[in-house]
Amino acid sequence: MIFENPENELPYDNGNEVSFAGKTDDSNRIVPAIEFNDVSLAFDDQVVLDAISFRVRRGETKIILGGSGTGKSTIINLVLGLIKPDSGQILVDGDDITGYDEIEMMRVRKKIGMVFQEGALFDSLSVYDNVAYRLHEESVDEDEVEHEVRRMLHFVNLEDAIDKMPAELSGGMRRRVGIARALVGNPSIVLFDEPTAGLDPPTARTICELAIKLRDLEDVSSIFVTHEMNNLEYLSSEYAIVDENGQVLFELEGEKLCLINTEVIMLREGKIAFSGKDEQLRATKDPYIYHFIRGT
Amino acid sequence: MNPLTKFIFELQEISTLLWRIVRSLRNRPRYYRELLDQMDQIGVGSLAIIILTGFFTGGVLILQAYPTLQYYGAQSQAGRGVATTLVRELGPVLTALMVAGRVGSAISAELGSMVVSQQIDAMRALGTSPVRKLAAPRVFALILTLPLLTVAADIFGLFGGGIVANQIYGLDTGVYMTSVRMGVDIDDVLGGVMKPLVFGLIIGLISCYRGLNTSGGTVGVGKSTTSAVVLASISVIIADFFLSKILQTLFDTTLF
Repeated sequence: MIFENPENELPYDNGNEVSFAGKTDDSNRIVPAIEFNDVSLAFDDQVVLDAISFRVRRGETKIILGGSGTGKSTIINLVLGLIKPDSGQILVDGDDITGYDEIEMMRVRKKIGMVFQEGALFDSLSVYDNVAYRLHEESVDEDEVEHEVRRMLHFVNLEDAIDKMPAELSGGMRRRVGIARALVGNPSIVLFDEPTAGLDPPTARTICELAIKLRDLEDVSSIFVTHEMNNLEYLSSEYAIVDENGQVLFELEGEKLCLINTEVIMLREGKIAFSGKDEQLRATKDPYIYHFIRGT
Repeated sequence: MNPLTKFIFELQEISTLLWRIVRSLRNRPRYYRELLDQMDQIGVGSLAIIILTGFFTGGVLILQAYPTLQYYGAQSQAGRGVATTLVRELGPVLTALMVAGRVGSAISAELGSMVVSQQIDAMRALGTSPVRKLAAPRVFALILTLPLLTVAADIFGLFGGGIVANQIYGLDTGVYMTSVRMGVDIDDVLGGVMKPLVFGLIIGLISCYRGLNTSGGTVGVGKSTTSAVVLASISVIIADFFLSKILQTLFDTTLF
């Protein structure tokens, strides 16, 4: 169930745990997918994160907003264990990964898919080899690899590009191949690091639709880092359903319904300036947030 | 950080990289295909310039030494001098310097470019260790191919010397060959092969370290590449001095 009637009290209450209606029978869903407890990090003298705490629940998309250099990408690097915090605790699916070494992190990374800002494709490998990367490393049988690669490229609508090299692709296509590569292995957590930066609006919309499909049709938990309000708009007011012909449709939540599986965090000067729903974000009186979201 | 602290820090980081590369031998995954690819690129790819380097170095040694030897009536010993110099010193050092320039720069540029375009982060995110997949095959390929390249340089150096001795100075080829054989014994050959093993390790470690620690975008890649080549070259020359001393003590050899 991804909806809640907004006439009832909004379910999110700062800092308190929320239970999903209709999903409490699965005890695994109570453990958050990602949890940050008082995480701090500074590069030399520059404080990037200052005692940040938040949770991403199962099946939730957490949109992280903030200006450039506010630590959004740092949060993603911390979840992946590419960098370590100075203090605090990070949990992924209930496991405390704060002190994990590189070998232990490999195990955790198997359930996380990461979409990098510029795609970060391996430029000496073809699209096929890029998407198949994880499977080739695990020495999976080639027939199975091909099947999985085609399935993923179909998901991102790029089957025709299967034999091309990254240099032959446009920025948007590279980003989509990056998404396909991240989704191989069916990760339960996907991290998007400014996936629409530098893309034209229609292409950016396509990327958001992929994120919505993952959230609503594949029950993926995700962090979506962005500073573009359009993305916030799409992700927090549209949902994906499959009609009787197997086609995916995108519907607006409208007035009567409210998506409860998408929330927003805003970062400012190393702290969380806002945490809650997009309706609350738009209604806030804080002058910084007010001007940020309107671009004034 | 003052220069001394920086030096000690870098030494520590390079040692850590070496340890991780050695540890990667213990268990899977081992990247044999990447090792073979690198041996092909480094070994076969450098062969042409090494042959040229060796040939002309041998030639110029004879060119310079022969008139002096002739003055003292010792021209029949020309081959011996060239052989000893080449096999013990010039072969290993010049080969290592050429490879540091060609291969060291390629490795640090390639790895540095991967760092700035987040391909290294992507590799880690996809569960592959960049040390195992990228650094280890390159270091092992250098250790394995540098001795072979050095031997090639030595052979073509002696050949080049012989051509110059015979064609320019009219020295009989048989006399040259006999004096070459007198100038080289098994200790020289062993030492001339042991040095490249160490040089290969030095070039590989420094290039991989610089490449993987690139920062600052494309400018950073240029800086990493330059510093990798310079550092590797100087380290080879310094290491050569200490290795020569060790080998002298080990084999108790003198020049003549």
